[in-house]
Amino acid sequence: MAMPLALRVAESEAKVYSRVWRGSIFSSFFNPILYLLAMGVGLGTLVDANLPTGLEGASYLNFLAPGLLAATAMQTGAGEGAWKVRAGVKWTRTYHAKLATPIGVPALVNGHMLWIGARVLMVSVVFASVVVMFRVAPVWQSLAATVPALLVGVSMGAITTAFTTRTNSDAALPTFFRFVVIPMFLFSGAFFPITQLPGWMQPIAYVTPLFHGVQLCRAVMLEIPTVVDPWVSVTYLLALTAGGMALAMKPFREQLLP
Amino acid sequence: MPVYAATFMPTPLITATGLTKHFDDTIAVDGIDFHVDPGESFGFLGPNGAGKTSVMRMIGAVSPITAGELSVLGLDPRTEGPKLRARLGVVPQEDNLDQELTVTENLFMYGRYFGLPKAVIAERIKELLDFAQLTEKADSKVEALSGGMKRRLTIARGLINEPEMLILDEPTTGLDPQARHVLWDRLYRLKQQGVTLLITTHYMDEAEQLCDRLVIMDKGKIVGEGSPRSLIEQYSRPEVVELRFPVGVLDEIADRLQGLAPRVEVLADRALLYTEDADATVEKAHAEGLNPETVLVRRSTLEDVFLRLTGRTLED
Repeated sequence: MAMPLALRVAESEAKVYSRVWRGSIFSSFFNPILYLLAMGVGLGTLVDANLPTGLEGASYLNFLAPGLLAATAMQTGAGEGAWKVRAGVKWTRTYHAKLATPIGVPALVNGHMLWIGARVLMVSVVFASVVVMFRVAPVWQSLAATVPALLVGVSMGAITTAFTTRTNSDAALPTFFRFVVIPMFLFSGAFFPITQLPGWMQPIAYVTPLFHGVQLCRAVMLEIPTVVDPWVSVTYLLALTAGGMALAMKPFREQLLP
Repeated sequence: MPVYAATFMPTPLITATGLTKHFDDTIAVDGIDFHVDPGESFGFLGPNGAGKTSVMRMIGAVSPITAGELSVLGLDPRTEGPKLRARLGVVPQEDNLDQELTVTENLFMYGRYFGLPKAVIAERIKELLDFAQLTEKADSKVEALSGGMKRRLTIARGLINEPEMLILDEPTTGLDPQARHVLWDRLYRLKQQGVTLLITTHYMDEAEQLCDRLVIMDKGKIVGEGSPRSLIEQYSRPEVVELRFPVGVLDEIADRLQGLAPRVEVLADRALLYTEDADATVEKAHAEGLNPETVLVRRSTLEDVFLRLTGRTLED
């Protein structure tokens, strides 16, 4: 029962999205172009001049593209896990409406995660198409990189959902983005190898889901060898997803079914 | 005769025995007993914080019961929540419509949550829009609707699964008088169609208009039960004389008021004299030499019953 009902939850999110997609599709198409032009091509010219052998054998544009794909997926997951959840519980209270039907908390959480997966996939496919336009990698490898991007996006969605359900103040969410999401975006290997980080920061980078997503995306798109065994990364991202979902169940019950 | 009566006694849709709800260290519902029969319009009247919403949420299987027994439509809300919710309609106190979606889309998605086929939903949406007088607003976004329209849409949404019982929590709170009357008219139609209604309210006029039978709740307990008429007969006198006096005067003359009617309540700004014969009581007051600023004669209401049972007014 829980799975068909979860599909209904995802369907309703899709319905809402179909009303508001125009603004977001614009930014998910033009943001990658802007980033890849400014940093990949612009800043990349300087980087490449300094590094004749490239970063891990790749030009800076090529190094950046899969990293930015993973980072964008991560941010999308975080966004869907934060505002949507807070709105459903507190602002528009649509989660309360759903739970007055046969939908229960497990179906709600599963459907929410399905929707995050759909959103991350949309953003990733658009991003991968831009990467193809920049001739970074073959078409199929660019598109295949959306799979690890999906993993990192969904895991961050689950973690953010758990965080959102476990905090009450509206200020908690911007704080989470300021102190967790943005530092992770910048320092998890998307823009430069984490070996460039000060020694004490490197273990932190290894723990972030984005680090694992970045190295998987690079491996798939450019066949750059991974630092950590790729199956460890895949398992870790799946475990973070399961963990985030499990941690969200109890606070959801307390807030929606008091 | 008693034998026949017993034979035709309907099986109650809801039976609650010692129903209790605690939140941390507060007792929201304190061991109440009641039952609701099929086709009945049953009310919970009480001030804010009396525990009405908690009772509704337990019945709707969206709040675990702390203690006691509760059976709704023959199901146990603790273990058969989804099955039970599939057969209920719920109109919550706070609107929780999807603001981004249109009127029709809200009804459509809600039908989907109940797993209804699209064709069935489309058919019901037509009827429900008509019922809720929202046909012209079918493609409007919810944001653009007035408070009364939103509440009617929420009621229509609660009917999409053709529920055996509709639960309404404070259905007209926050609405202007005209919107209230439109809503009452709609609810009255449902009642005539035989839909069992469960209504919480802190408006005594709403309870009198809509409820066949009601319980009066105060501080988590049921303090009175019956039809509006029987409650008034049992706990009040047919007529009430309200005497208003200038500030400060009431305290001085409180003793002189006591003899004027079988029961006298002295409130902050006025005295209520409960009597069988209002005209005679007014005459007595004048004969006593009292000079009230205003005299109002009216029939007893559930407000008077509440005052009698709790010593407080509903608005307190």
